[in-house]
Amino acid sequence: MWEGENILQNNDLAIEAQGLVKVFGKERAVDGVDLAIQKGTVYGFLGPNGAGKTTTIRMLATLLPADAGKARIFGHDLVSDSAAIRRRISLTGQYASIDEDLTGVENLMLIARLMGYTRGQARSRAMELLEAFGLERAAKRQVKKYSGGMRRRIDIAASIVVTPDLLFLDEPTTGLDPRSRNQVWDIIRALVRAGTTVLLTTQYLEEADQLADRIGVIHNGKIIAEGTSNELKASVGRGTLNVQLVNAEDQWRAQAILEEKLDAAVHLGADSTSLTAQADDSARVAEALAEFAEQRIDVSDFSLGRPSLDEVFLTLTGKSADQQHASEEETL
Amino acid sequence: MTVQLQTKNSIGTDSSIDERLHQAIASGKRPEPPNAFASTMAFASRALLRIKHVPEQMFDVTVFPIIFLLMFTYLFGGAIAGSTRDYLQFLLPGILVMTVAQITMYTGIDLNNDIRKGIFDRFRTLPIWLPSALIGALLVDVIRYSMASVIMILLGLMLGFRPEGGLMGVAFAIGLVLIFSFSLSWIWTTFGLIVRSEKSLMMISFLVLMPLTFVSNVFVEPETLPTWLQGFVNSNPISILATAVRGFMHGTGTWQQVAGVLVVSAIMTAIFAPLTMYLYRNKK
Repeated sequence: MWEGENILQNNDLAIEAQGLVKVFGKERAVDGVDLAIQKGTVYGFLGPNGAGKTTTIRMLATLLPADAGKARIFGHDLVSDSAAIRRRISLTGQYASIDEDLTGVENLMLIARLMGYTRGQARSRAMELLEAFGLERAAKRQVKKYSGGMRRRIDIAASIVVTPDLLFLDEPTTGLDPRSRNQVWDIIRALVRAGTTVLLTTQYLEEADQLADRIGVIHNGKIIAEGTSNELKASVGRGTLNVQLVNAEDQWRAQAILEEKLDAAVHLGADSTSLTAQADDSARVAEALAEFAEQRIDVSDFSLGRPSLDEVFLTLTGKSADQQHASEEETL
Repeated sequence: MTVQLQTKNSIGTDSSIDERLHQAIASGKRPEPPNAFASTMAFASRALLRIKHVPEQMFDVTVFPIIFLLMFTYLFGGAIAGSTRDYLQFLLPGILVMTVAQITMYTGIDLNNDIRKGIFDRFRTLPIWLPSALIGALLVDVIRYSMASVIMILLGLMLGFRPEGGLMGVAFAIGLVLIFSFSLSWIWTTFGLIVRSEKSLMMISFLVLMPLTFVSNVFVEPETLPTWLQGFVNSNPISILATAVRGFMHGTGTWQQVAGVLVVSAIMTAIFAPLTMYLYRNKK
């Protein structure tokens, strides 16, 4: 309920972008990105390596000038008002944005002093953050001696010495083990609860699914699909029926039944006991399963589900690659 | 290792940590941005901390001066001046200039390393007066250059260097070296922002500094050179500085020499400091 109120109160936008373009040489790294991100939400950029996620974030964080397009962060123009933007944002890059030769407490104190804290305030703020992030024992150790998960946490801690209104996180959990990844997720959720807007990039569908209110699938510099995780799953459409048979010799008969009852193409698994088919209508699935029982085909396991975000992603990027291929052929 | 595992476990499972996390996030109030002096001092303290944690980076300002002075005094002393002791009176001011000029390139290398790591991006998103990031680092470099100078003078005194300009003359000469080096550093920060790797930066600085330091009046009097080379040697900034340093260490310095050094320094700073800042701000 609290979150709902938050969105209602801040119905203006944290990020508003139109037609952002960045060209590196001949490559259009970012090719016309539009964004409208609500304050207080988490927006996830989902895409493979080289899709344009990092370049987009760097433009929005005032680090890289756009070659075309416009953007406003909290209403401030990206080009003419970048100083005002820098007072409200924070960035955690893909690679640790801290001095690895310094200790954890020295790094946080440096950032705190650069934010305007006095020496004493900087020290107590640094200690407070180290404790909150479970790093107090490592406070006086050089960051290069930290584990991957600790390094990510100190990096995020450095980004929130002053709690930003908008936090950019570039692949915050890439390369982390599951436990460290969950810790980072907890930190992100806590920030959002306190009202920070988060724009994160990820290659992991699960991460986008877990954290992001809205997801933009980015591929070859373009956003090819956008929406909530549910909307994206629905846009790819139908659910999938998976059937696992007990006896391999039943596979052909099972295939015939599914084709007849579901009126859809059936894929045979390589292990010759599994089958998958697109299924829209659960009543017809029930009929097919009833027919299995009638014909004494033993089923060890079956599932009917909506496509996973993985399937959505592969469908979308596959489709877009095909489209691009087609248009390239046309131009030839 | 066990310590790490315990701390890792604590986030998310222990509610008191969870509470501390929310508390820490809630108390991150934004103070007024620091003024230029405060941010410059913060960057300077970072550079000092780096010296504390990576003391081997002081090799260039301690070992270089010692090796250079011993090497060139005993290698060339007999051949050029007939005696190493006489040659030292002539050589030391010049070799001091040469050594400090060579170690200025490490400023560029440090910056280049910052860029390749992510910390450069973080600094650029902070609400600070951006030049303070470089000026803070350069101020600490000036401390390093002073150390190199003092070490070389002390070793020189042990070897028989007798500056007729006295302590004041020597101190004034070192002051000129520091002003010049601070200005020269901007060239390396410019290149540090352009080139991709530390290696290419070292190569560039080598290509620039080798001819500048050797084809100068550091080792020999220009009068011994062919006339076509004298013109280059006499207008070489390293020669201009070496002449002034030699003059003040031996009590014969003139204000004209000081003006020469200041003009050369001002030109280098005027061109390369704004260029560095432009590249720093607009780095791709």
